[in-house]
Amino acid sequence: MNHDFLLKIKLRSHPRLLCVLRGAVEPLMAVLGFSEKDCRSIIRAVDEAVSNIIRHSYGGREDRPIEISCRSLRRRVAGKAGRGVEILLFDHGPAVDTTKLPRRPLDQLPCGGLGLHFIRDGMDKVEYKRIGKINRLRLVKYARTAKPVTNTEEIPS
Amino acid sequence: MNITARRDSVATIFDVSGDVDMSNSPELRKALLDEIRKGKVSKVILNLTAVKYIDSSGVASLVEGLKASRDMKSRLVLYGLSPSAREVLQLSRLLKVFEVLDNEEQALAS
Repeated sequence: MNHDFLLKIKLRSHPRLLCVLRGAVEPLMAVLGFSEKDCRSIIRAVDEAVSNIIRHSYGGREDRPIEISCRSLRRRVAGKAGRGVEILLFDHGPAVDTTKLPRRPLDQLPCGGLGLHFIRDGMDKVEYKRIGKINRLRLVKYARTAKPVTNTEEIPS
Repeated sequence: MNITARRDSVATIFDVSGDVDMSNSPELRKALLDEIRKGKVSKVILNLTAVKYIDSSGVASLVEGLKASRDMKSRLVLYGLSPSAREVLQLSRLLKVFEVLDNEEQALAS
């Protein structure tokens, strides 16, 4: 089993670096074979996740560390191998109270809270974990399969 | 992101280029709100042809512009949406809330 990362980036929590991150992740997703639409969903999720770290975890401070790593995943769906990507985001902000994360009703004109909606909509798995003094957000996206996904087994490639 | 304005007696057209994210969406918000609240034109048009990416803060800026235009009894019209920009408005269930047209000719004639 190979756990090698495809990409690791350390960024300062400066909003102007978001475009650098998008510029690095987008071609990687294309190389991994995601469709253009899926690439856009993944980029949007990663961008919004890092924006949330800057805004909420670091309270707008522009000099704090953020680490992003990507690795490919394989999974078995009903005996057939499928491909995907796992993106891990680490920050050193205070723990996130997941019970207080907004689930904004979309029938109102929004001025905030859309970012989480974009993340959840764009990814197949969104998992938050506090590890010691570090926040870890795990995002997983699988390449689309023709059949509904059941009986899956995740295998890091 | 870069924003330039073209004005006549009826409409102001903002030509926006580059990505709109949390680093620059306050600039877009300010440009929109300032122009709308001046009340000199009945329509503010946003040319998004050269915008590849808009994040949630950019969408929030557009929503604030829309609310301000409703308050001022004017209109905010968008055209030239990239697939990504169209998707974020769809995901936000705002695509039908905004006036979205294909090109500048349609936006001016609307």
